[in-house]
Amino acid sequence: MSSIIDVKNLTRRFGEFTAVDNLSFSVEKGEIFAFLGPNGAGKTTTIKMLTTLLKPTSGEIRLDGHDPIHEQNEVRKSFGIIFQDPSLDDELTAYENMEFHGVLYGVEKTVRRARIEEFLKVVELWDRKNDLVKHFSGGMKRRLEIARGLLHHPKILFLDEPTIGLDPQTRNHIWSYVQALNKKEGITVFLTTHYMEEADRMADRVAVIDHGKLIAIGTSAEFKEKTKTSTLEDAFIALTGNTIRAEEVNAQDAMRMHRRAWGGRS
Amino acid sequence: MNVIYILWLRQLKRYTRSKARMIGSLGQPLLFLLALGFGFGPIYEQAGGGDYFQFIAPGIISMGILFTAVFSGIEMIWDRQFGFLKETLVAAVSRTQIMFGRTLGGATVAFIQGLAVLVLAVLFGFRPQSLALLPVAFAAMFLTALLFTAFGTAIASRMEDMQAFPLIMNFVMMPLFFLSGSLFPLQGLPAVMTDIAAINPLSYGVDALRATLVNGSYFGLGIDFLVLSIMTACMIVLGSRLFSKIQL
Ligand SMILES: Nc1ncnc2c1ncn2[C@@H]1O[C@H](COP(=O)(O)OP(=O)(O)OP(=O)(O)O)[C@@H](O)[C@H]1O
Ligand SMILES: [Mg+2]
Repeated sequence: MSSIIDVKNLTRRFGEFTAVDNLSFSVEKGEIFAFLGPNGAGKTTTIKMLTTLLKPTSGEIRLDGHDPIHEQNEVRKSFGIIFQDPSLDDELTAYENMEFHGVLYGVEKTVRRARIEEFLKVVELWDRKNDLVKHFSGGMKRRLEIARGLLHHPKILFLDEPTIGLDPQTRNHIWSYVQALNKKEGITVFLTTHYMEEADRMADRVAVIDHGKLIAIGTSAEFKEKTKTSTLEDAFIALTGNTIRAEEVNAQDAMRMHRRAWGGRS
Repeated sequence: MNVIYILWLRQLKRYTRSKARMIGSLGQPLLFLLALGFGFGPIYEQAGGGDYFQFIAPGIISMGILFTAVFSGIEMIWDRQFGFLKETLVAAVSRTQIMFGRTLGGATVAFIQGLAVLVLAVLFGFRPQSLALLPVAFAAMFLTALLFTAFGTAIASRMEDMQAFPLIMNFVMMPLFFLSGSLFPLQGLPAVMTDIAAINPLSYGVDALRATLVNGSYFGLGIDFLVLSIMTACMIVLGSRLFSKIQL
């Protein structure tokens, strides 16, 4: 098999703080790859660098053979992404958000119309398609984001905590859909999640990072064996320790805001 | 083309859905038009300047365009804060296209706003000198709108939030407006004032409107269009540059 994502010695600093620390790994073509780690581990930052949104401090990236820094357009053609943070236009309707995305990604009109209907039905928003997104509940917005992210079929699909805040039914629905997409069209899936059973069920391979560093990479079975645990969740905790990250992250965020307030660009 | 159209459409939809904004942004031009237009009218006429209301109307139309245009450009900061910007940034579309589509949309909105001020002015007694020149006036209005929307977008590309907005309002937009000859004739002013007006791009928009709507040009209509076109092109290029440098 050949790899479709190659990361070598990837580092990203914000001021003195190192969010991603000398990370190296690769993802095989057609693989479902789970990228796990506690809050603030550097998952989203890594995805931003892979998807041309953020420049690395140092290191090398190849996405489908292209470099996200110098060949942005080629790279952008190869992936689709569902962001962790909201990215909808609240002042547009659900349908308009979908349409906007479809046109922006050059999905041909008949296919676009058909898929918009299909996906809005999958996430049960078809009845609400002409409502402004600002009147949607959090979960409805999330579902719309997912429907929109699946509208075009790229080579690589990045899913940054796609199922956060969704009910179990919808989560199952979405994961089965992603799995089918992976099987049928050979789309490579790069996902992050804090639901370990999702990662266990979905992923061919799992990488765990903490404090920006790669701690372990392998199959879920290998993880359990190595840590002598019976679930991926226990293996994850064994690997990353028991401390809660929110406090550390908050301390860092506070420092960051402090720096900003004093005019430093972080 | 399709991409530019959908970006244009989005700006327009956002604008037409916000009735409060449409009406609200007419308030300031209307106030200036009536208070200054009628307030200074008698003095201006005594001093031999002619009809001040006729004189000031093109200036106030330009003001309406300037403010709406810069606002629509700067609106991009909201996209950044509400997250929608990410959606456009990862699309495999050239940054120039994105910049152009947005700017075209914002400029259309600002142009409509300018038209609305023109209609209001006519309701209060403004009379354009010639209907035949109206299309030329519209062209000048649209160019002005394009120029300042691109300007707003360029600024927004460099800003993370709205905190610097009052700064821009007071140190950029107000001076642009007040030092453009929109409220007073440039003829016979001290050299400092005319020099400042000459490097202020809005002056050429105002001048072009005055040339076409009421017949009285300072720079000459040809120069007006030349400067406006060059400045607009430069601003779109600069805007695209800054836009493509955005990181999240
Ligand atoms: N623009 C920024 N400026 C400064 N620090 C940042 C910035 N973006 C991220 N960080 C910091 O980098 C670290 C990693 O953040 P990141 O968002 O990648 O974490 P994550 O693994 O996605 O966490 P989560 O599971 O909570 O989503 C955090 O400590 C965060 O505060
Ligand atoms: Mg994250």
